[in-house]
Amino acid sequence: MSVSGVPQTGPMATAGALRISHSPLRGQNVVGYSLLLIVILSLVAYYVGRGSARRFAGAAGGDKIHSLPGYHGAFIAVWVGIPAFVLVLLWASFQGAILDSLIVSSLPSAFTEGKSPAELNLVLSEIRNLASGRAFGAPAPEVEAAAARLVSWQHIASWAMVVVAATMMLLVLVYARTRIAPRFRARNNVERVLSGLMVFCSVVAILTTVGIIVSLLYESIAFFRLVPLHEFLFGLKWEPQIALRADQVAGAGAFGAIPVFTGTLLISVIALAVAIPIGLLTAIFLVEYADDRVRNVVKPIMEILAGIPTVVFGFFAVLTVAPAIREAGGLMGIATSPNSALAAGFVMGIMIIPFISSLSDDALRAVPRSMRDGSLAMGATPAETMTKVMLPAALPGIMGGILLAASRAIGETMIVVMAAGLIATLTLNPMDSVTTVTVQIVTLLIGDTSFDSPKTLAAFALGLVLFIVTLGLNVLALQIVKKYREQYE
Amino acid sequence: MSDTALAGPVDWTSQQAAGRRRSRHAANRRLQFYGIAAISTAIGLLGLLITTLVIGGYPAFLQTKITLDFPIKAEYVDAANPAGGNYRAVVRDALLGIAPEATTPPQQRLLGQLLTNNTQFFVRDAVVANPSVIGGTLTLTVPASDPIDQLNKGLIDRDLPENQRRVNDVQLGFYDRLVAENRVSAPFNWALFFNADSRFPELAGLAGAITGSFYALLVCFLISFPVGIAAAIYLEEFAPRNRWTYLIEVNINNLAAVPSIVFGLLGLAVFIQVFGIPRSAPLAGGMVLALMTLPTMIIVTRASLKAIPPSIREGALGVGASKHQVIMHHVLPLALPGILTGTIIGLAQALGETAPLLLVGMNAFITSPPGGILEASTALPTQIFIWADSPERGFTSRTSAAILVLLAFLVVMNGIAIFLRQRLERRW
Repeated sequence: MSVSGVPQTGPMATAGALRISHSPLRGQNVVGYSLLLIVILSLVAYYVGRGSARRFAGAAGGDKIHSLPGYHGAFIAVWVGIPAFVLVLLWASFQGAILDSLIVSSLPSAFTEGKSPAELNLVLSEIRNLASGRAFGAPAPEVEAAAARLVSWQHIASWAMVVVAATMMLLVLVYARTRIAPRFRARNNVERVLSGLMVFCSVVAILTTVGIIVSLLYESIAFFRLVPLHEFLFGLKWEPQIALRADQVAGAGAFGAIPVFTGTLLISVIALAVAIPIGLLTAIFLVEYADDRVRNVVKPIMEILAGIPTVVFGFFAVLTVAPAIREAGGLMGIATSPNSALAAGFVMGIMIIPFISSLSDDALRAVPRSMRDGSLAMGATPAETMTKVMLPAALPGIMGGILLAASRAIGETMIVVMAAGLIATLTLNPMDSVTTVTVQIVTLLIGDTSFDSPKTLAAFALGLVLFIVTLGLNVLALQIVKKYREQYE
Repeated sequence: MSDTALAGPVDWTSQQAAGRRRSRHAANRRLQFYGIAAISTAIGLLGLLITTLVIGGYPAFLQTKITLDFPIKAEYVDAANPAGGNYRAVVRDALLGIAPEATTPPQQRLLGQLLTNNTQFFVRDAVVANPSVIGGTLTLTVPASDPIDQLNKGLIDRDLPENQRRVNDVQLGFYDRLVAENRVSAPFNWALFFNADSRFPELAGLAGAITGSFYALLVCFLISFPVGIAAAIYLEEFAPRNRWTYLIEVNINNLAAVPSIVFGLLGLAVFIQVFGIPRSAPLAGGMVLALMTLPTMIIVTRASLKAIPPSIREGALGVGASKHQVIMHHVLPLALPGILTGTIIGLAQALGETAPLLLVGMNAFITSPPGGILEASTALPTQIFIWADSPERGFTSRTSAAILVLLAFLVVMNGIAIFLRQRLERRW
């Protein structure tokens, strides 16, 4: 029931929001209006350009017009719209950060004197909250004054953005309009702009990778300044939550990630132990024994299995598989943890089955038909053909598939977040509860994310390890496939 | 094979030869059997998964409701200010109407626990909507509380000893009286779709999550669709074959294999920390999902472009179109059905993605649907995660129901994609 109508975020979310949000909603609305303005002015520009080009085209005895009128319109529209769009995006992205630094420097020096950066940050978030209308307790008069300043500055900055963008668009519109002439190469110009845009879009992929690497490295380096690298990689004790409560740099051993790595490995190995036999045998059956009718039924079912969101598998693990394994363990007299590695690994294995079966299927099908026919013609049974001819020939592809599946298993998050444990125990017992890299990332980052505590930064260090390992597995898989595949072609 | 060089002619009809043949054929049958067993296991596990979800989830599509007569006395509710009345007392009176013997406060508390905690607000809203009932009697159907809901659906065993049951004997008596008076009903649970999240299972619904997922997918689509198509056109039609292009292609393939949670870390560090997008906003979630969907979009679009025969391009070039015109006027329109199919499949994947949304904070407890892409919100998969973590029993079946809703969305989206592929795709 939304009795109040105001979104009520939980305590965890609010704590995070206080630290991080830069701009209040009002400023963002102005961004929306600016974007609308850009669209409208671009449309106006298009019709202006097209209209004047049509007049040339219609004028008798004039020069032959180079580009179609539409291109003249598009020429003005892209030069009006795109720079303004970039300006608004950049302005909106950096306005908050710039205003923050301005506000901090505007605080009276008597007030800021002797305050650490962390305390200043706290003051800043208090000012921001006050400015967006959320007051907690009685703020200091300096803070109140700063909040009032922030509100008025935000107002000024937002409207300045609109005014600057509108002025720029109008100037460009007038200037570009003067460029239009019958022999003006509007089409070539527009096409160059479009090509540039397309190059930019394809560079987004690289920017994403760079963004991932830079953000992971940046936070990880901050983490390794607090906790030495060798301690993180080789330490045997992982107790990140204690570090925050003690409110100081973690003591020795609290950030040793070995138990987390072994836990990840244990669960992934269980998952692969479930998925490889089932997936591979499924592929063998589909390639060698099944007729089209069976294949047309089984393949879609495997696709359904592949399309189920992982959060669903996680719920299945918690609700059905973990209690069942616990019961079974109890019957056999084995002490089983309620969130055993076996439950999480087993369900993760189910998730990976379609992955392995379809990649093995592809690899087996890529084996030249003549090899299979030759073997069968020599009198080998289908099973012998499969195990002695097809599987060895397809092995690189299958290995590649298994490596890809392993990288999936290591990076899988929701199943383990829901079904695996939170406490890092150094064990290889599948009935015990272990934790994984992804579980730790999620638990460390859900809730309060203050970016100067080792607890939060540790998540980025784990993320970096995860990124490197999965990337390495993928590259290795591609290399294996590439290196050994050509043998038969 | 040299090691099995034969000394003389083989007697293929001998006992030994027949035995060898039998064992080889048995090995063949064994492998076939293993294959069948593997497939049956996989299908069986999928069946088990869906069966548990359906069995666990279908009760949540019905909601036990209780119809009561609420005497709206003028002493509690002022006609001039109906919103400010003492509705707690009104609800108490209504309950006393069916159980007059509950005079002590503990008994009244047990009685009150039959109804949802927010009953007084339901009554208030009904009175505010229709102030003429003040002084008269209002007959209203309100949701039952979670334990009564479970009891009515047969999920609580009445024969258990009282101390192991979530409904005690006194409440059981009250409940039986309500049933006898025909006041208990279990209609379809529309609240599951039209209510936002709530602490009380009987009131919790998916409206906020569905709206949040819609906004996030909208942002994801608005970014990944144009960027993906533009990148694919460039790489497929314009890019020179050089090291730079190769680098981009390797990058796209690697991005497709990066774990989703790493994208969440990127979103947290860049979109929220640097760009200052509010935490929990569908804008941040949608941007992260867009980056994840981008490789899929590019790969699918390139495949569709590749499938257009070169004769189309050559024909258009031959009549004097520029390269851009060939692509914009001829190739792209012909490739569009394939691109749309791929887009829908990519969006369906994005809809089920959970981990990156957790990191950008779309797992907050929010009791009203978001009004825009900047308001804090949850999404369908994160709502499932929140409910799966909630201790109340009622949330278990709600979780299954929410999963069924999510799967229904996925089935519909994939169905549309398959339909489009079959109807619109042209074979050359």
